[in-house]
Amino acid sequence: MTVSRIVEKHGNNRENLLQIMHDIQDAATDRCLHRDVLDELSDIMNIPVADLVGTATFYSMFSLTPRGRHIIRLCESPPCYILGSDNILEALRERLDIGIGETTPDGLFTLEHTSCLGACGVAPVMSIDDEVYGNLTTGKVNAIIDQIVENQIAAARNRK
Amino acid sequence: MAQPRTVVMVPVDADTVTIGARAVKNRFAEAIGRRGLAAEVSVLEVGSFGPSDAGVIAAVQPDGIVYGGLSPERVDRIVEEHFVKGRPCREWLLAGEHPLPDPRATDSRHTQYAGRIVLDNCGRINPENIDEYIANDGYFAFAKALSEMRPDAVVEQVKKSGLRGRGGAGFPTGIKWGFCAAETGPEKYVICNADEGEPGTFKDRLIMEGDPHKVIEGMALCGYAIGANQGYIYIRGEYKLSIERLRQAITAARAYGLLGKNILDSGFDFDIDIKIGAGAYVCGEETALIESMEGKRGLPRLKPPFPAQQGFRNKPTNVNNVETLANIPAIVYRGADWFRRAGTESMPGTKVYTILGHVRRPGLIEVSGGVTLRDIIDDYAGGMQSGSFKMAQLGGTAGDLLGEEMLDVPLNYDALEKVGHVLGSGAILIMNETIGVCDFLHACMRFFAHESCGNCNPCRNGLRWLSVITERLKSGTGYPGDIEIMEEIATVLKTAAFCPLGQSPAGPLNSALRYFRPEIEKGIDVTSARPKPDHTARALATFAG
Ligand SMILES: Cc1cc2nc3c(=O)[nH]c(=O)nc-3n(C[C@H](O)[C@H](O)[C@H](O)COP(=O)(O)O)c2cc1C
Ligand code: FES
Repeated sequence: MTVSRIVEKHGNNRENLLQIMHDIQDAATDRCLHRDVLDELSDIMNIPVADLVGTATFYSMFSLTPRGRHIIRLCESPPCYILGSDNILEALRERLDIGIGETTPDGLFTLEHTSCLGACGVAPVMSIDDEVYGNLTTGKVNAIIDQIVENQIAAARNRK
Repeated sequence: MAQPRTVVMVPVDADTVTIGARAVKNRFAEAIGRRGLAAEVSVLEVGSFGPSDAGVIAAVQPDGIVYGGLSPERVDRIVEEHFVKGRPCREWLLAGEHPLPDPRATDSRHTQYAGRIVLDNCGRINPENIDEYIANDGYFAFAKALSEMRPDAVVEQVKKSGLRGRGGAGFPTGIKWGFCAAETGPEKYVICNADEGEPGTFKDRLIMEGDPHKVIEGMALCGYAIGANQGYIYIRGEYKLSIERLRQAITAARAYGLLGKNILDSGFDFDIDIKIGAGAYVCGEETALIESMEGKRGLPRLKPPFPAQQGFRNKPTNVNNVETLANIPAIVYRGADWFRRAGTESMPGTKVYTILGHVRRPGLIEVSGGVTLRDIIDDYAGGMQSGSFKMAQLGGTAGDLLGEEMLDVPLNYDALEKVGHVLGSGAILIMNETIGVCDFLHACMRFFAHESCGNCNPCRNGLRWLSVITERLKSGTGYPGDIEIMEEIATVLKTAAFCPLGQSPAGPLNSALRYFRPEIEKGIDVTSARPKPDHTARALATFAG
């Protein structure tokens, strides 16, 4: 969907800005709000770009820089921390060879920290896109990543 | 459209998804479809029912049967036995110990505690079927209010019930409604605060996933009571299933004429829309939430004016937490006296807690205001998972740390206040001796420093420093005097921060010093000397990071 169509769907009103930015970002293959898109949005909604950037950067779910196809968000809040989220971070770092805020060279994964995901009954927790995974161990993390990579390969094969 | 008579509910949560809950759910749908039973049996993904050791489970309703330890292969057998042959499959039946709530059962260990009020339907009815909600007295309160109660009588009933806000601050709900009802003018709003960002808290999510209509009915009653015709649910963007459930429930309620124009021929109009957040803890604060709903950065507003006078679109607005609103239908339908039978004088009714950390069965419970921390750990959470109790944090990361001496204080507003503590959001984080106090404090301060909106100086800089100092203490390299500096920063925050986010770190900090001062002092390297302040541009730039 184009920017103007998304704005039209929600209504051209500042009150709908967050939902509009959510939709724009979800539609982008690199899961971010591009500068040229914000320029366009600024024209359509008559909001200064600086204001749009300020709003987008306030919220942790928006990104201004390109991200991978799958976004891993590891919870670092105290309940997850005391049950070993640091070890999970180590496992992810080792497995993906990237740090927080970075994307793998193949563009498949971006690693981020997040505050509580509301699943702390099964801490430590991470989310990958819309799915939340809990009671994580190093072994589980590797199995989950393996599964996603496998699915990706299978999907690519099917497309051929 | 005819509704399926039977529903299979598979809790798919962050834990069970990793052991194949979604595969089990899909297999149920597939096997039931293959048998041509799809019109009679629906298969539904739901949130957790509560603490359980039984692996992937599934509840079959209205039969009231729960299976545990499921795998896709076992599902085939269950579908064959239960749905085709019509007899429960004994092999994987969960007897007794299953986590499904039974509101009518009295708790054998705590007979003084009434059944559930908020979670009574969770796991027992199909949350996607409005008929089942109605069959369990759903929307009766709303109908009763519309047909035989004046708006001020509803406010009065809520006041009499003594219900206090479950979002953290514990403000009396009826009084808050009274403020908004007293405002004149045709345009008012009801907002349901479903931002739930307090670390350790996930009760609101499970209420919305398990019984969305209760929240909607609570909002509609609030709208009627204060004279508002529009409600909004502000929900965090991460809660995908809750958003879906609420959308579905709103559509169903509209189709039944329970939302919309001239509801039940009463002349009262009310509708609800959903606003989705984008990840910011401070947006749970009611005025920041309103800013965010207006499409702006979520910076808290100066109070007064309070939202009851000038809230959303600068109109009178009532903001309540999800759990608060979920209590309303029972209060209006059964009356304040009925509600007061549970709980204590200062905290009538029940409270939903999330129990976390080093306990055997973390999860969600709904109990009345008289239980103690010891009851919760030993009876509900199955005891410590490992090690022995060292400390607990009550009410999320903004909550106080409690030492062993507080194990027997009843968890209600008054009893806690007497010993200088607050209840907070309902999260109870239990820790054993493996967790260092400084290490834990650092995790808390890091959280606050990250979530500060940066609007006011005490919060922006003070939290940053608390994070730096606690990190030093945690590694045993604190400077002499660090503790005093922390105390000073906490005092400045408490008195000068613009909003409660900046004020709240004083809670964990001061309570940690109260119970664990000697341990925190060990984080100081007495042989070290504080370096001269480095005010070069580079040093400041590094700090600003
Ligand atoms: C930093 C901060 C975060 C908050 N987060 C939430 C939240 O996630 N959910 C909530 O219901 N209340 C939250 N509150 C409390 C709200 O400001 C407000 O008191 C509450 O929604 C009122 O509802 P109640 O009276 O039903 O409790 C937060 C407050 C602060 C200061
Ligand atoms: S603290 Fe990690 S999910 Fe809540």
